[in-house]
Amino acid sequence: MKHIVIIGNGISGITAARHIRKQSSHKITVISSETDYFYSRTALMYIYMGHMKFENTKPYEDWFWKKNKIELLRDHVVSVLPSSKSVALASGQTIRYDILILATGSKSNLFGWPGQELKGVQGLYSYPDLMAMEENTKKVKHAVLVGGGLIGVEMAEMLRSRNIQVTFLVREAEFWNNVLPLQEASLISRHLRKHHVDLKVNTELQKIEGDAEGRVKCIVTSAGETIDCQFVGLTVGVSPNIEFLKGSGIETNRGVLVNEFLETNIADIYAIGDCVERTYTLPGRRNIEQVWYTGRMMGEVVAQTVCGNKTRYEPGPWFNSAKFFDIEYQTYGQVAPTRHPDEEEFYWEHSSGKKAMHLVWNKTSKQFLGINTFGIRLRHECFDAWLRANRNIHFIVDHLEEANFDPEFFARHESEIIQDFYQQFPQYKPRKIVKA
Amino acid sequence: MKAVKLTGLLIFLTGFAIFNSLFFVGDYYLTPETAQRIIANPSREELFNAEAAKLFNTTVESNVTFVKRLTEIFNRINQKQLQHYQITEEDIEAIATQRSTPFSLATVDSVFRDNTPISIFKKKALHDFGGWLEGQSFNASADLKLQLQKVAATIYTYGIINNTGFDRYLRKDLTYALTKASANGPVKNNPDLFLLLTIGLCIAGALLFILPRLSLEPGIKNNGIFFHAMKNTGWLGIVTGSWLILFYILLYFLPQYMTNWISMVDPVSLKLNGYEAGRFFLYGFLYTLCILVMGVRMLIHYRHSKYQILRTLSVMFFQTAFAFLIPEILIRLNQPYFDFKNIWPLDYDFFFDNELDKLIAGGGLGLFMLGWGIALIIIAVPVLVYFFGKRWYCSWVCGCGGLAETLGDPYRQLSDKSLRSWKVERWMIHGVLVFAVVMTAAVLYTYFTKSSWVFFFDSYVLREIYGVFIGAGFAGVVGTGFYPLMGNRVWCRFGCPLAAYLGLIQRFKSRFRITTNGGQCISCGNCSTYCEMGIDVRWYAQRGQNIVRSSCVGCGICSAVCPRGVLNLEVKDEAGRFGKPILIGNNNIKIVE
Ligand SMILES: Cc1cc2nc3c(=O)[nH]c(=O)nc-3n(C[C@H](O)[C@H](O)[C@H](O)COP(=O)(O)OP(=O)(O)OC[C@H]3O[C@@H](n4cnc5c(N)ncnc54)[C@H](O)[C@@H]3O)c2cc1C
Ligand code: SF4
Repeated sequence: MKHIVIIGNGISGITAARHIRKQSSHKITVISSETDYFYSRTALMYIYMGHMKFENTKPYEDWFWKKNKIELLRDHVVSVLPSSKSVALASGQTIRYDILILATGSKSNLFGWPGQELKGVQGLYSYPDLMAMEENTKKVKHAVLVGGGLIGVEMAEMLRSRNIQVTFLVREAEFWNNVLPLQEASLISRHLRKHHVDLKVNTELQKIEGDAEGRVKCIVTSAGETIDCQFVGLTVGVSPNIEFLKGSGIETNRGVLVNEFLETNIADIYAIGDCVERTYTLPGRRNIEQVWYTGRMMGEVVAQTVCGNKTRYEPGPWFNSAKFFDIEYQTYGQVAPTRHPDEEEFYWEHSSGKKAMHLVWNKTSKQFLGINTFGIRLRHECFDAWLRANRNIHFIVDHLEEANFDPEFFARHESEIIQDFYQQFPQYKPRKIVKA
Repeated sequence: MKAVKLTGLLIFLTGFAIFNSLFFVGDYYLTPETAQRIIANPSREELFNAEAAKLFNTTVESNVTFVKRLTEIFNRINQKQLQHYQITEEDIEAIATQRSTPFSLATVDSVFRDNTPISIFKKKALHDFGGWLEGQSFNASADLKLQLQKVAATIYTYGIINNTGFDRYLRKDLTYALTKASANGPVKNNPDLFLLLTIGLCIAGALLFILPRLSLEPGIKNNGIFFHAMKNTGWLGIVTGSWLILFYILLYFLPQYMTNWISMVDPVSLKLNGYEAGRFFLYGFLYTLCILVMGVRMLIHYRHSKYQILRTLSVMFFQTAFAFLIPEILIRLNQPYFDFKNIWPLDYDFFFDNELDKLIAGGGLGLFMLGWGIALIIIAVPVLVYFFGKRWYCSWVCGCGGLAETLGDPYRQLSDKSLRSWKVERWMIHGVLVFAVVMTAAVLYTYFTKSSWVFFFDSYVLREIYGVFIGAGFAGVVGTGFYPLMGNRVWCRFGCPLAAYLGLIQRFKSRFRITTNGGQCISCGNCSTYCEMGIDVRWYAQRGQNIVRSSCVGCGICSAVCPRGVLNLEVKDEAGRFGKPILIGNNNIKIVE
């Protein structure tokens, strides 16, 4: 029986612990400093908005861990000592391990703006951040958000739910245009404005200014505009949370460097989740992927390896999803913000301006590359299979109906989409008779 | 918008305050004519008149006093009757001294030879209650006396008041009817006006409160629910729950105190069915209005979801037409009262003798109703559950479900999601189902054999226990009163025997399931939080497993609140329904949890 120590009780660390327990009777200790129990970070916004209580975000009841003999320790690891195979804790304790799994997640980026340390200025990553936001937004009339990403738009929704005016500074031409093609980025931007978010595009933050008590009172944009505000949310991305590994001998770059078995340079030390940077490349994927699903998959994989079934981390086709106020978004495969010369695309938007689909394929081989969908749910199972099978665009369009995952009675748009598609690409002859 | 909402709230509260104050309004004035009309039994009337002289033609200020005086009158009458009719020591002595061995009931006849009503009663009672003494031998007359004393005691408890006085059922009915008929005052004189000032204002206020939501973008807006004193079991929730519980207790057990409310809807009742309103007319009327008004709220809240819109329209329709209007119209047409969508064992008295007799006496239509009711149980339930899941009933048709999905919707997040509560739920709901089946079997046994004793229990007692504890206590008081305390489906989840029956079929033989979308779940917990049945939906979703649970009523809210589009209510081929939990995403691992 080995002692497996996992640092971090987020989705990656907890998935690893659960799967190790399923397959073995190793002693498992999960050390984490943020909360006593695993909770869903992705649900932080819903606590602030009053949709849920913190209790509701815990995916397992508290008795679960004891019953499954997963020991939880609330403490902070200050250093890892590979020479003695132990970790030193803030409480002064040291704990020996046979196998160590780093699953320490991310922390919010700060780019050294003047005034970023003022009261009322913060990022949003952790539960303590959320409590701070609760405190910092009391009696706030106007807030400024900086950085147009997913956490930014969540913060916008959070603040709007409490009727706080929001000015949203976005560096790109439209919201999230660095990830979404312009059509979708515009669609979402319009929707944000409908929700009374004052979106300032092509705008960056220059500095934050405070009052005599050290509280934020306004910001100045790159264009020199001064905006009065009592709260500033900095949501310019996250980076791996790895400072405490300095001097441990574990190789890091931006994240903890791992090979395809999620092994670090030091034997018996693995890393998974947000804190990881892969040393090998996977086609169409970045080396640091800070999303829920990759953390979960890495947790599944490392558990196999640790239990003696050495397994490569090879995620399947990319997928992700999000929700922008009322508009749901799902993506499967690769839809880059701009078209590569080899790529061809088809964009459909519903007259309501709240539903859209964007398909991309290879011009010459016709191989389907990816899809973005807004306001229409699609079956992951279908697209996973179709992307793996390198299906061509014909096949996708003709089978679109099969992939619909919307609830019963919802308006269906496939026939309109298919018709538009063949109108725009008459050279692709429809395989099926399409009803108007 | 805020101003409109606030105005709505004020109007609603005004109407609600007037409604409650009616409890204290008016006085009571009983005339002998009224008493005669209501008691409608000459010998009981005589008893009543003798004791009620002081109450007749005097004004009593409050319903509490009036009811108290009636209670005293009935007590006095019963006391008197007991004294008159009890089998005395002398009677026993007289029978015992006859010394017939073995004992013969003929001795009783010889003791009570005169034909006074008292002797006739005593003779009959001793025959009825002491029949088992016939032919028994006693060594000493003391032994016989002991047995006779026992019989006398039984007659004292069970025989006298039932036959010659006012037993508790009769008292309850008469107290209610006499109070209602004696009520005097503004409500009685202006029922329409007060209907407008109470229920009318409540409806107008509620709608004004609800409608401004149209100005919000369509979509899930659960903002602030857990900060709300009403929706997170705060003080307002507790007050509301307490009010509902009190209302149900009055309705089921103390209707004599709510006669003002009932008088208010007399005109409506008269128009619909030609009779004055009873308490259950009032209840049905309010119930339907709650479903309609809160149904409008539901339609606005979920106007982005066709599934929710159709489902809500469906429960609004079935409540208004099937549960409320059609039965009233049937009464107007002199046909048996019948709710065509109520199904045994939820409709637990469907097989009661009085109900069966009523339907059989109802001629062709009555027999059709009987056949229809049975067909619902044995054909509609299994077939429709097979094709659509139990939701076809629980969240599209049922009245209890209809109230839960409309009036109860603001409380859905309060259901307990723990594994422990699931365990309790399975024991309780299946326990009630067994109880309902046993009770009904006993009642039917009695119906066909005319013997009330089944094994070691009395089928009348059994059905009364069921009626009080399950029918009124659980389904009513707890079922609705606990909305703000334990969520809107307490009855459906823990108590409804029909839900248990539908659920068994759904679990084992149905095409219905909730599917999960590959690996898209982020374990956020919205689905579990808003599951009114307390299903931990996330437990399944995050491991990529279909949700096949007997309790699922298919309301579809989990699918609506899921921010990642993970959940979908689907009916398709049974194969693969219990599919292995598989999360899509990894190439090298097929995780089977
Ligand atoms: C607001 C928000 C919304 C998001 N929404 C989505 C979404 O919709 N979809 C999606 O795919 N992704 C989303 N993400 C990203 C996703 O939550 C992360 O990718 C994921 O949680 C990372 O999991 P992890 O287990 O790697 O790390 P974490 O969840 O960060 O867990 C690491 C834990 O380790 C603890 N820890 C770190 N260092 C130490 C130490 N030295 N000692 C002790 N404990 C330590 C940390 O305190 C933390 O609790 C969101 C993130 C945020 C912040
Ligand atoms: S609401 Fe959706 S994403 Fe959230 S836990 Fe449920 S299924 Fe998963």
